[in-house]
Amino acid sequence: MAGIIGYGAYIPRNRIRVEEIAKIWGADAPSYKRGLGLEEKSVPSPDQDTITMAVEAAKKAIRRAAIDPREIGAVYVGSESHPYAVKPSGTVLAEAIGATPEVHSASFEFACKAGSEAMFVCLCQVESGRIRYGLAVGADTSQGAPGDALEYSAAAGAAAFLFGRDNTIADVNETYAYMTDTPDFWRREYQHYPRHAGRFTGEPAYFKHVLGAARGILSKTGMGPKDFAYAVFHQPNGKFPLNAAKQLGFTREQVETGRLVPKLGNTYSGSSPLGLTAILDVAKPGDRILMVSYGSGAGSDAFVFTVTDRIEAVRGKAAATRDMLDRNKVYLDYGTYCKYRGKILKAE
Amino acid sequence: MANPARYWREIPQRYRLEAARCASCGEISFPPRLVCPQCRSRKFESVTLREEGKILAYTVTRVGPSQFADQTPYAVGVVELDDGVRIMTQIVDCDFDKLAAGQRVRIEFRRIQKQGDAGILCYGYKCVPM
Amino acid sequence: MRDVAIIGVGLNKKWGELWNVSLRDLFVEAALNAVDDAGVDHLDSMYVGCMTSGLFVGQEHLGSLMADYLGANPIPATRVESACASGGAAFRQGFIEVASGISDYVLVGGVEKMTDVGGDEATYALSAAADMEYEAYHGVTFPGLYALMARVHMERFGTTCKQLAQVAVKNHKHGALNPEAQYPFEVTVEDVLGSVMVADPLHILDCSPITDGAAAVVLCPLDTARRIAKKPVVRVLASAQASGTIALHSRKDLASIESTSQAATKAYRAAGIGPRDIQVAEVHDCFTIAEIMVLEALGFVETGKGGQAAESGMTALGGRIPVNTSGGLKAKGHPVGATGVAQVIEITRQLRGDAGPRQVKDARIGLTQNMGGTGGSSVVHILGAA
Repeated sequence: MAGIIGYGAYIPRNRIRVEEIAKIWGADAPSYKRGLGLEEKSVPSPDQDTITMAVEAAKKAIRRAAIDPREIGAVYVGSESHPYAVKPSGTVLAEAIGATPEVHSASFEFACKAGSEAMFVCLCQVESGRIRYGLAVGADTSQGAPGDALEYSAAAGAAAFLFGRDNTIADVNETYAYMTDTPDFWRREYQHYPRHAGRFTGEPAYFKHVLGAARGILSKTGMGPKDFAYAVFHQPNGKFPLNAAKQLGFTREQVETGRLVPKLGNTYSGSSPLGLTAILDVAKPGDRILMVSYGSGAGSDAFVFTVTDRIEAVRGKAAATRDMLDRNKVYLDYGTYCKYRGKILKAE
Repeated sequence: MANPARYWREIPQRYRLEAARCASCGEISFPPRLVCPQCRSRKFESVTLREEGKILAYTVTRVGPSQFADQTPYAVGVVELDDGVRIMTQIVDCDFDKLAAGQRVRIEFRRIQKQGDAGILCYGYKCVPM
Repeated sequence: MRDVAIIGVGLNKKWGELWNVSLRDLFVEAALNAVDDAGVDHLDSMYVGCMTSGLFVGQEHLGSLMADYLGANPIPATRVESACASGGAAFRQGFIEVASGISDYVLVGGVEKMTDVGGDEATYALSAAADMEYEAYHGVTFPGLYALMARVHMERFGTTCKQLAQVAVKNHKHGALNPEAQYPFEVTVEDVLGSVMVADPLHILDCSPITDGAAAVVLCPLDTARRIAKKPVVRVLASAQASGTIALHSRKDLASIESTSQAATKAYRAAGIGPRDIQVAEVHDCFTIAEIMVLEALGFVETGKGGQAAESGMTALGGRIPVNTSGGLKAKGHPVGATGVAQVIEITRQLRGDAGPRQVKDARIGLTQNMGGTGGSSVVHILGAA
């Protein structure tokens, strides 16, 4: 059976608190914190981008999988903040990890589910026998327009997964894709910031697709919430995944391990993938995991994983996601945040 | 550095720290050379540098070139990697007051430069405290 | 090999930000002053020391340009480049051409026109003296490189920021006596330590400036000089040059400048003297720490003791060995390619007894030390009153 043979995560050190952003725009911080269910978010340094984070996450995945990078047959990066509009992030990543030149690469885009798409396609390539190992990364340094609600949550992070048939640490039991044309959040070409449709992004967008995919995969597998040790949903804020869990019948405990958003923010294409890495950091052999991503536009990818015996031998080989999230943090003021994120108008 | 070819040629060094070890005396040259600076031999083996080391000396650049304006002030220094090879590199994700000669650091992949708004992106190695 | 003498010296009127004067006019003005000072009516060959007219003004082929505008076509004219040691290296080439017997009258000039570009392009142009791919690419600037050397020197030998500042104070005190200097005024230790920090621990007043300027000398065989010179004759006792690694991180020791030590050793041997015999010197104080390390490399002080030299007054006018009586690069200015030649001019004037208020009494032997980058090249000349 094909599955994950290695995983890795990368979260930048910098953070900015909700209070710091709210102060500038005259917003009520406690309401935002309550409403969004989040306290602070990660911020990339000026020398970090989707590619640099993807490389660091991928290196950890390779270390855990203990394979020769030259045997990686495909490198896919899913993001909505690829550094180039034309030139795939995967070429730099593949070169940096030493997988070139016999390797396939592509950039994926589907708002926040570009990472899980990369995972889906890698898995299919491995299952078909076309490639021996595939590397899938979900990474973003997403931007929120100044003063907009999304500014409080748009964060940065990367999660990388190596797929293969031998020595899996988590087998993929089933996949399910659920997608419709739903314009809840988008960015037109040449626009700097995305736009969103406010409350329309909730029930007809996030919930319709997340619940649709979750119910679809549960039906397909004949499983129910009780069959799972963990569930991780796309996390645009702290509340939506709890709400989705409740509607599906999952307990808070089942989702809490993968729910990183209160201290991380929404890492977009890295969102549910990073949650999955945090779960793999602690899951036990035999544990079943449900992952449901969500990308505006809109769609959800669902996966059912079963953790294997090998997980324990492998996970200690690189940093744990919660460690990267909780330790070594540097808090920024809004001015520094704007400078780092290129939000300040400069002379050309 | 406006020419992509000039950047692209250095990719094995910038991305993967590929170096050359003299087949005669064992001295590692980074970047690889045609002549060993130690023994003048011309035969080399390919090696990859170690990704951990220590700071030999550092300074904080407070007035920097414009392509580094967004990162100024930044720390830069000579790092001696665990295989004895020395590199010049920025030291990032650090508290300037806590930097010290002898401090252990590790290599991280970062974006080094941008060629303006429309040119290529140039990646490479920096160091972060361990 | 013949003995070589300096019979004419000249600079352009004043060094500084010279908006009205072009690269070619700078050089020609200095060259004409040198030729007039020499009283010669023709030249056999000329050398132009310049670090990077290409990056500063987009002009190459300076040999042709300067010979043309000096009215010296068709004599052979050659551009010499060794970063900040371009002037010194050009002087050495001129010396060799006369010493070898190939030419009798050789003009050596150095020039740099640095203000036709903005500060950012100037910084980029100067960084070309370092390893572009493996030093400048990573964002280390020239002050940054010397700051790293300073850090190691301070940690190993206890050199202090105040001692660095005292080098600037001393050189400005000398420069205040030099009407051709860019900054002919004094500064205090507080001024230096209170100025903007550029790269820890170097402040802006620890750093030499951006300058437009030119300097030129005329060389001829010593015998000829004795016959025709209008001013006291100065003889080149030794000319030596050494190369070092281009990148600072390739050096075995970050706190010493080996290429200067090596060039100095060769020069002392050729002249048959030692550091103690030098009575006046012009050294390459591109940054205050540079002067400190160079004094050690030249053997004027023991290794590690360079910081005490300016502090104790040893290297001030009136001290045991006055260094940089012209004001040094710090106060006189540092039009890169011209510096090495201007150093030769200051020592020549000292040895002629022509240094006015900067005169070192009875100076008979002097030394110049010019270096490129962080010590990738060093040129040392020893001159004597003939």
